[in-house]
Amino acid sequence: MKYIYDIRLIFDFVFSLGARLWELTGLPLWLYSQIKIVVIGSILLGVISLAVMFLIWLERRLSAHFQSRIGPNRVGWQGSLQAVADIVKLLAKENITPANADVVVYLLAPMVVFAAAFMAYIALPVAPRLVVNNFSLGILYILSISSLGVIGILMAGWSSNNKYSLIGGMRSAAQMISYEIPLVLAVLSVIMMAGSLNLSEIVASQKNFFDWHIFRQPLAFLIYFVAATAEINRLPFDIPEAESELTAGFHTEYSGIRFGIFFLAEFANMMIVASIVTSLFLGGWHGFGFLPPIAWFLIKDAFTIFTLIWFRWTFPRFRMDQLMNLGWKILTPLALLNIFVTGIRMFIK
Amino acid sequence: MFNIYSSIFIFAALGAVFVVAPFVISWLIAPRNPSQRKSSTYECGEAPVGSAWIQYNVRYYIFALIFLIFDVEVIFLFPWAVTLRSLGVLGLIEMFIFLAILALGLVYAWKKGALEWL
Repeated sequence: MKYIYDIRLIFDFVFSLGARLWELTGLPLWLYSQIKIVVIGSILLGVISLAVMFLIWLERRLSAHFQSRIGPNRVGWQGSLQAVADIVKLLAKENITPANADVVVYLLAPMVVFAAAFMAYIALPVAPRLVVNNFSLGILYILSISSLGVIGILMAGWSSNNKYSLIGGMRSAAQMISYEIPLVLAVLSVIMMAGSLNLSEIVASQKNFFDWHIFRQPLAFLIYFVAATAEINRLPFDIPEAESELTAGFHTEYSGIRFGIFFLAEFANMMIVASIVTSLFLGGWHGFGFLPPIAWFLIKDAFTIFTLIWFRWTFPRFRMDQLMNLGWKILTPLALLNIFVTGIRMFIK
Repeated sequence: MFNIYSSIFIFAALGAVFVVAPFVISWLIAPRNPSQRKSSTYECGEAPVGSAWIQYNVRYYIFALIFLIFDVEVIFLFPWAVTLRSLGVLGLIEMFIFLAILALGLVYAWKKGALEWL
């Protein structure tokens, strides 16, 4: 029971056992801690892949319900193995490399996009102490790493030597520079109240239900949610891959599993955004008892992702200039105002 | 120190390997018969006109400049936000002056029409 409640105890047990065995071999201890990180990282990769497969199924089923369709329901129970079938299909598809592309950059791009998404998971605590590396600069690190992904998208757009891809990549960069500022400013007002950049400490500061930052910082929550949706190119901000005008945007020339990797990275990014929303605004792993902390975290995570999927079928897509206007003329001034108000409120009380 | 930051590089390598592995699997099992038509640039079925590597007007050039200013500003704000409680009212007022100047800059850019999509 204790182990269900605190999964970290299992890791502690296994790794202390491993350390004993390692001492017998006489190899240096720093090597052991590196191997530990490799093991944790591999487990995390597995978890992410499984979660993404589940989310693909969820998104397709939910999309179908939103549109009064049935959706995939043939492979496995209620179509739950559809994602597995899709992966096998993608792996067995021919990979078409366009003749005019810059092949090195073309192949590196999916790697950069996924690695950038994956690296952000290091500083993400899902339960007390359950984090790969408890960076004291946690949220700053996640923000900076997750904005690296746009470089991969630009690489994909440029190296394909396709006009749609190029425009898609450029739009993605434009979107990043417009939404990074309100996003960071919204996070800053939470940091001002929590007094720490460490995500575990930010979550710890929201122990009581009414201390959740969604109640103390509702405006920051809204700004962050909108800006983050734009950062990960989800609808209604998906103009880098707007299918009605750019066919598939930056990944037009990617086929087979190479396209699959972009898809994987998109969902991995979605989970990061949902986890940050959960940690910063929804009280992280704090719940109402009767469930282990990690379950509360996952419930809030799932709800945030559901909202992101919901957005997709609710809002029409923005035009490029509307998108820039929303970022610079509405969200940025609002976020600045929010910082002023937060600062004054902190000292007036 | 080494232990803290090595995890970043390990994760970057793991992420890259995780992407390479399916590439290799797909290279082993997927069919390969490229043809000239198939590997030509996709342009909705038309024969592609010219290369995509051209110089074209990146319209958000000025946005990028404003972004740079704000991004640097945000870096200054992070340490301030963390230590705000111990800095007291004086720290708050000082940063507000700094922020107000930047907000004025944004207003100026706005009035000058730099935020218009031309």
